[in-house]
Amino acid sequence: MGNRCAVIGVGQTKYRTKRADVSLAGMVREAALAALEDAGLTFADIDSVVVGKAPDMFEGVATPELYLADALGAVGKPMMRVHTAGSVGGSTTLVGASQVQAGLHERVLVVAFEKQSESNATWALSTHSPFSASLVVGAGGYFAPYIRAYIRRSGAPANIGMMVAVKDRINALRNPYAHLKIPNIDLAMVEESMMLWDPIRYLETCPSSDGAVAMVLASERAAEAAGAATGRPPAWVHGAAMRSEPMGMSGRDSVDPRAGRDCAADVYRQAGVTEPRRQFATAEVYVPFSWYEPMWLENLGFAEKGSGWKLTEAGATAFDGDIPWNPSGGVLSSNPIGASGMIRFAEAAQQVRGQAGEHQVAAAVDGSRLALGHAYGGGSQFFAMWAVGARKP
Amino acid sequence: MTTQASSSSQAAQTSASRASASQTSDERVVHVLEFPGGYTRSTGPVIGRFLTGLRSGRLFGVRMPDGRVLVPPTEYDPQTAAALGTADEDWVEVGPAGTVTTWTWVDDPRPDHPLDRPFAWALIRPDGADTALLHAVDSGSKAAMATGMRVHPTWRAERTGAVKDIACFAPGEGPAEVPALVPAPDGEAELEPVSMVTLPHRLEYRLRGGTVWNHFIDGMAVGQIRGTRCAKCGKVFVPPRGACPGDGVPATEWVDLPDTGVLTTFAVNNVPAAGAPEVPFISGYVLLDGADIAMLALVSDVPWQEVRIGMRVRGVWVPDAERTRSVKNLKWFAPTGEPDVPFEQFEEYV
Ligand SMILES: [Zn+2]
Repeated sequence: MGNRCAVIGVGQTKYRTKRADVSLAGMVREAALAALEDAGLTFADIDSVVVGKAPDMFEGVATPELYLADALGAVGKPMMRVHTAGSVGGSTTLVGASQVQAGLHERVLVVAFEKQSESNATWALSTHSPFSASLVVGAGGYFAPYIRAYIRRSGAPANIGMMVAVKDRINALRNPYAHLKIPNIDLAMVEESMMLWDPIRYLETCPSSDGAVAMVLASERAAEAAGAATGRPPAWVHGAAMRSEPMGMSGRDSVDPRAGRDCAADVYRQAGVTEPRRQFATAEVYVPFSWYEPMWLENLGFAEKGSGWKLTEAGATAFDGDIPWNPSGGVLSSNPIGASGMIRFAEAAQQVRGQAGEHQVAAAVDGSRLALGHAYGGGSQFFAMWAVGARKP
Repeated sequence: MTTQASSSSQAAQTSASRASASQTSDERVVHVLEFPGGYTRSTGPVIGRFLTGLRSGRLFGVRMPDGRVLVPPTEYDPQTAAALGTADEDWVEVGPAGTVTTWTWVDDPRPDHPLDRPFAWALIRPDGADTALLHAVDSGSKAAMATGMRVHPTWRAERTGAVKDIACFAPGEGPAEVPALVPAPDGEAELEPVSMVTLPHRLEYRLRGGTVWNHFIDGMAVGQIRGTRCAKCGKVFVPPRGACPGDGVPATEWVDLPDTGVLTTFAVNNVPAAGAPEVPFISGYVLLDGADIAMLALVSDVPWQEVRIGMRVRGVWVPDAERTRSVKNLKWFAPTGEPDVPFEQFEEYV
């Protein structure tokens, strides 16, 4: 895994439907400055900048990394952009981490963002080439058949998706950065919301958000110095991996993709995790449609195949359960697409740093258990994950 | 490309429908990407102030910590990343006249160029500024252009808070008259500072289908679904693939497939969209008999409540007389009425 790497600063904007008060650059900078402040640093301390966002069609800004160099203090430094669809926030983090693990840089600024209000993601995801008929409308239209197949395969009761939708929105009430705040949410409200792409209801989908997130990743030496200076402990990377697979491969399991299982296995091997449900204190997992919680519970080895829904049903993944999933409210509560993966990684780091505020999971702080950050993208093709902990690996 | 060519020549020898293969054309298909209404841009306070100035017929720059004046302004110092233009005293009115620092000549203006006659693109440094902005100079002739020449803006009356509020620059010191503002037809809030702009973009591509796609579409033109088989794993792909996604080797053998199969899973779509069928419509994955991958298709001729995983389906085609060289010849799949297929028999293809 190379040299030790740690998170020493995290910054997030408050996720909203529309940030009309700032430019795209201003919004991205807001997150970067917050991360630098958390780390007790300035742009001058940063050696390298890595940015990530979802497809350019979402905002119509081609090569935004060029335009953002001034705003991110990247002049005269290495700067690159990462692109792996919805998982890009996770893979951007890991590209930055690899620059530290390889010993290239002491402090790397990673930033991910999306300003969804500038366009319309459903439109951007539905611009099929003339060689294929337009049969799918947006991400919901694409993922709904796989959710239906999961329900058929596992025999899960129909209310599991609604339970996740309620749980994550209740969690969001404790997160000052979360976009959706629905204080009176309950199963009935979810059930009565419009069926958009059967079996996905409106309240079982993620919102469309503007926002950015940034982290400062540091070498062991830089992390110890920052921790001593700020009094805020680093989150140490115990395992990190990415995997991908082709979308149109015969025999590919689109419900329980092998790339996801392999990616988790690699992270767990590095981190010494053999029983994820016991060894993780919490997990921030990319769940853009409610049913992806039970699906990923199985894919990530927190439950046997076919029984992920039983953890959700038993309340194990709730904030007061034994393995809280998405205590921040998750993608279901805030979805600036390109940032959503990095928010998962950042929230996992904040949990083991003890910096998660009102949605702090108590068991994450003492260092005996780890936190998982997870992102996926494309047609469930790209996976990026990390395990972070309060103790050095 | 070599791979596809050899794939095609083998296909022509092995396919039953050799005649239609010979009709394969390589015409290109226009593909337009244009977000309806155009992308919006929140300008932020700095760019917004510059654009608001343009609307009132004035050019503003922003002073950097080292004293230089940037026009157009940027939000952040290109050297130090410091925020610029945060205080009123950092803003400097410049020009309106300026000096050409370099230029190039356009003999044949395009439709979206600012002028419909030959003109120069020039970098123009307004008086009082330390940087130059890009704009058109209407000099009448290339011979009238020179680096170092003096120019002044020609302001439009219909100003919206955009760089095109300056129609172009003209030779000489001016005067640069600013006609009274004629508000945009929809601009009732024109006196608010500019904070948002709309930027229409249109990308027009001309795409080639390629050898494999063309052979597939020639089959669709005569009501025949064609797939390709990987020589290594033996899997049959439909729509055809030029190479096996699992093995990475050319999938060279063509296979004619029936238009019957099983619906492996589906969505009931209630979200309307341009180009999609009327809601509710069913999109699903159909595993054709003899294929090793399910293909995305519409399902119809059945109430949506009665659609099931495992349902046997058959393709419904447009009448022969209406057929074109298009995937749309296959309208959708409809139930055959045969017994459902148990989930376990096709689960690995979901
Ligand atoms: Zn193969």
